[in-house]
Amino acid sequence: MNPASNEKIDQIFDAIYKEAEKRRNEFREDPGPKIHIGLATCGIASGALETKKAFEEALDEYNIEARIHTVGCLGHCYAEPVVVIDHPDSGFPPIFYHEVNAGKAKMLAKLFLKEGDPRFEHVYGAMEENDLIPSVMEFARFNREKRVVMEKCGHIDPEDIYDYIAQGGYSSLVKTLKLNSDEIIKEVQNSGLRGRGGAGFPTGRKWELAKSAGEQEKIVICNADEGDPGAYMDRTILESNPHQVIEGMAICAYAVGAKKAIIYVRAEYPLAVDIVTKAIRQAIELGLLGKSVLGSSFDLEIDVFRGSGAFVCGEETALIRSIEGYRGMPRHRPPYPVQKGLWNKPTVINNVKTLASVPPILDHGADWYREIGTENTPGTAIFSVVGNVVHAGLVEIPMGVSLRTLIFDICGGIPNNKKFKAVQIGGPSGGCLNEEFLDTPIDFDSLTEAGAMMGSGGMVVMDEDTCMVEVSRYFLDFTQNESCGKCTFCRIGTYHLLKILERLTRGEGEDGDIELLETLSKDIKAGSLCGLGKTAPNPVLTSIKYFRDEYEAHIYEKRCPALMCRPMIAFYFDLDLCARGCDACATCCPVEAVFTTSNRKKGVDQELCVKCGECIVVCPPEYDAVRKVSPPHLVPYIEKPPEKKKED
Amino acid sequence: MPKFLVDNKEIKAKQGTTLLKVCLDNQIYIPNLCYLEGIDPPSVSCRMCFVEIEGERQPVTSCTVFVKDDMVVKTDTPAVRQLQRTALRLLLSVHHVDCKNCQANKKCELQRMAKFLKVGLKPKGLGIYLREVEIDRSHPFLDYYPNRCVLCGKCVHVCREKNGQSALTFSKRGFDTVISFYGVRDLPTPECENCNVCIDICPVGALALKETQKEAVPNLQGEEDPNIA
Ligand SMILES: Cc1cc2nc3c(=O)[nH]c(=O)nc-3n(C[C@H](O)[C@H](O)[C@H](O)COP(=O)(O)O)c2cc1C
Ligand code: SF4
Ligand code: SF4
Ligand code: SF4
Ligand code: SF4
Ligand code: FES
Ligand code: FES
Repeated sequence: MNPASNEKIDQIFDAIYKEAEKRRNEFREDPGPKIHIGLATCGIASGALETKKAFEEALDEYNIEARIHTVGCLGHCYAEPVVVIDHPDSGFPPIFYHEVNAGKAKMLAKLFLKEGDPRFEHVYGAMEENDLIPSVMEFARFNREKRVVMEKCGHIDPEDIYDYIAQGGYSSLVKTLKLNSDEIIKEVQNSGLRGRGGAGFPTGRKWELAKSAGEQEKIVICNADEGDPGAYMDRTILESNPHQVIEGMAICAYAVGAKKAIIYVRAEYPLAVDIVTKAIRQAIELGLLGKSVLGSSFDLEIDVFRGSGAFVCGEETALIRSIEGYRGMPRHRPPYPVQKGLWNKPTVINNVKTLASVPPILDHGADWYREIGTENTPGTAIFSVVGNVVHAGLVEIPMGVSLRTLIFDICGGIPNNKKFKAVQIGGPSGGCLNEEFLDTPIDFDSLTEAGAMMGSGGMVVMDEDTCMVEVSRYFLDFTQNESCGKCTFCRIGTYHLLKILERLTRGEGEDGDIELLETLSKDIKAGSLCGLGKTAPNPVLTSIKYFRDEYEAHIYEKRCPALMCRPMIAFYFDLDLCARGCDACATCCPVEAVFTTSNRKKGVDQELCVKCGECIVVCPPEYDAVRKVSPPHLVPYIEKPPEKKKED
Repeated sequence: MPKFLVDNKEIKAKQGTTLLKVCLDNQIYIPNLCYLEGIDPPSVSCRMCFVEIEGERQPVTSCTVFVKDDMVVKTDTPAVRQLQRTALRLLLSVHHVDCKNCQANKKCELQRMAKFLKVGLKPKGLGIYLREVEIDRSHPFLDYYPNRCVLCGKCVHVCREKNGQSALTFSKRGFDTVISFYGVRDLPTPECENCNVCIDICPVGALALKETQKEAVPNLQGEEDPNIA
C-alpha cells in the first residue's frame, strides 16, 4: 500500500472516529443518570427484558430523565439480571446491582434515581474505587480476571458500531491496512496466539499456510458452531461485542488474501445471528467492510451462515461440507482446509475467540500479548464455568492460572458446604480430573497431559454428590447421538460404551465391564476418523482412571457411592429426626409412598417409591430427616401401621 | 516410480496410487469395505484398512496414503489386527447374521474378513443391537436391510456417479444412521429399475431388488406400490 492511500485511510477513519467520539461525549456529558442493562441471552433468560421494561415504566411514572444503555454480557451469569446504575448527581460512583428483577428495578428507580438512596442492601459493589462503597475490584471474581477478548463485553452496546469505535474499535484494522500481509502474519506469529477452537494450533502458522497456498482466491471462516453442551462463550462474545470478531476476520482476510468471509453460527443462536447480521450491515454502511475498505484496495464481503445444529458440524471439514450443502460429515485430512477448503479454495477456519484476540494483539503488539499467560500458551482462556460452583458464568483468565484458583478463588468454590469432587474440562471431548489435579495450570499442554483437554472451554464443576459413572453416561449419550454415523468405531463403538454405562447405572454391571470399557475406548480413540470419535472416550477413560472405586462399587456391590443412580438407592426417614407428623413429605409424594407409623412418624413404602427425591426437598431443614442409602437393601425396615418396628 | 517395502516384499507402483490399491493389486489382502478407486474425497468410513508405516505413531488407513519411495509398510502387526478385529466385531454386533437366507452368502466381504481375521461371525463379549426395522421397503424397486448394511457409502457414491445425483443418502445420526431413499424423489427419472449399480457394488447383502421385481412382473411403472407413502 503506498503512503498516499495510507493518508486516505486515516482520513476516512478519522471522520468515523470523530463521529463516534462525539456520540460518546454526548452520552457521557449528559448529566442525567444512566442505566446499563445486560441483555445477552443469559440476561434475557433471567428476565432482563422485563427489568428493562420496568425501568422504562418507572422512569415515566416518576418523571425521571435517565438513559437506558443496553449492553451485552458482563460474564456474571450467576448474578443476572445485572444492572449498572451511574447516577452522578447522587454523589455515588457507578454501582453494580445483581438479580435486578422488575420489582427491584422499580424500587431502584424510585429510591435511588429519584431520591438518591442507593439501597445498600442491594448493592453488589461499585464499578470504580471510591470511599463510599466497596469496589467490585476487591472481589476475586473481578480482579483475578484478565480481559483481552471480553474487555469490552458488557460495556458497549453490541448494536451500536460507534460504541465499539469510540473505545478504540477498528483501529487495528486501520493499522493492518497500512502494513503488508507478511508483517501482519509475522505479528500474529510472534504473539504466539494459538487457536481457541480446541486444538491450539498456532494461528499465525495457519494464516501463513493459507497465504502461501497460491494466488487463488482464499476464504476465511469464523467457527461459531459451539455445540458443546454447557459452553456459551462464543455466543456471548457475538452477542456482546460482534465487531471485535468482525474486525479480527477482516484482519485475517487481509493477511491471507481473502475477499470472502463467512461466520458459521449455529441456528440455535437466533440473537447472535441477529446481532452479527446487524453489525455487518453497520460496518458496510461505514465503509469498514465491502468494496474498497476505508478507501483502500482491499475488498471484503462477510456472510452469515446458519449451521444446522449438529455438534459434528463444528469440526472444520464437516463445517465446510455443510456450507457446501451436503450432510455435515468430516472427511479425511490432509488435505487440510488451508490447502483445499470450502469450494476447494484455501480456507482459514478460526474460532470466535481466536479471531477476537487478533485486534488487541495488533493494537498492543505481540510482546504485550506474550506477557499474558504462559510461555507455550500466551494470552487468556475463557471458560464457561457451570455446575456446583458459587459464581458460575464466563471467566476470562490468563493462561497458567491453576484450576484451584479458578474454581475456589475466582468462582467462589463449592456451594452448600459440599466437598469438591471433580472437574470436567473440555466438554464431551474432555476429561474428568480429581482433587489431585487442582494445582494443574490451565493451558493446552498441561490439561492434555493430565488427560483432559482445553477443548472449547466448557468447565463443569462437580461436588461430592455427583456420580462419575453417571457423568460418563451423560457425555456418551451426547456423543453417541451426535456421531455423524460415518465411521465404524465412533458409530457403533460409542453405542456399546453407552449401553455398558447404562447397565452400570442401573445396577446391572458385570465383572469385566471396566476392562471392556477400557479396551473399547482405546480402540475407538485410535480407530476413529475425526476428533469427535477420537476424543469421545475421554470422559470414560479419565473417570475410570481417577474414580475406579466408584465403577467397582457399581459393579461388585451394586452401590452408587454418590447416591445418585436411582435404581441403586432407597429413601427412608430417620425416625430420630422426623418431626412427628409435619406431613410435608406425605403431602408432596407423587405416588403416596409415605405412610404414618403408629407413633405418627413417617415411613416409605419401598414398593411404591419412585425415588423422585421430592421428600428430601420439602422436609424442613430443622428436621432434615430424609435419608438415602445404597445399595437399597440396606434401607431400615419401617413397618406400616398399626405397629412400628425397625430392622436392618 | 516409487519403490517401497510391504511386509518385506519390494514393490514398485505409480506415483499417486493409494497404498491399499497397490497392496490389493499385489495380492496382499488388506481388509476393506468402503474403498473405491477414484472416490474423492475418500470415504474412509469403514476403518478396516489399517496398516503400520514406519515413522507413524499409530496405524493409518491405507486407502488414504499415497505410495512413497522407501516407505516401510507392515500389514500384519498386533496393533493393526487389534483395530481390525475390533472394527469387525463392532460391525457384527449390529448385524443380523443369517447367511443362509442372504443373497450375499459366499461373496460377502464380512464373511471374507471374518475368515481372514479369525473372528467368528457371532462374536462374544459385546451385546447385540439390531435396528427395529428389518427391511426398509420404501423404495419402488429396491429393498434395504439396515441390519446388514455396514454404511460403507459405496452405493451412494456409484449412484451419484452414474445418475449425476444420488437416490440414496445417509440419514439420521449416531447408532441410528441408515441409508435412505429421500433422494429418489429429486431424481428426474428414477432409473433404479434398470440400473442396479448400488446392488452390485454393495459389499454385503444390504440392497436387493424387491421380490416382485425378480419375478419379472412386466411394466411396474403404472402400478401403485403399497409401500410408498
Ligand atoms: C467434533 C468437533 C467439534 C468441534 N466444534 C468446534 C466448535 O464448535 N467451534 C470451534 O471453533 N471449533 C470446533 N472444533 C475444532 C475445529 O475443527 C477447528 O479445529 C477450529 O475451528 C479451528 O479454529 P482455531 O484454530 O481458531 O482453534 C471442533 C472439532 C471437532 C472434532
Ligand atoms: S469419528 Fe464419529 S463423527 Fe467423526 S467421522 Fe467418524 S463417525 Fe463421524
Ligand atoms: S422419593 Fe419421591 S416417591 Fe419416594 S417417598 Fe420421597 S417423595 Fe415419595
Ligand atoms: S451380509 Fe454377509 S454376513 Fe451378513 S447375512 Fe449376508 S452373507 Fe451373512
Ligand atoms: S447398502 Fe451396501 S453399499 Fe450401501 S452403504 Fe450399506 S453396505 Fe454400503
Ligand atoms: S449473558 Fe449476562 S452475564 Fe452472561
Ligand atoms: S477402506 Fe480404508 S477406511 Fe474403508
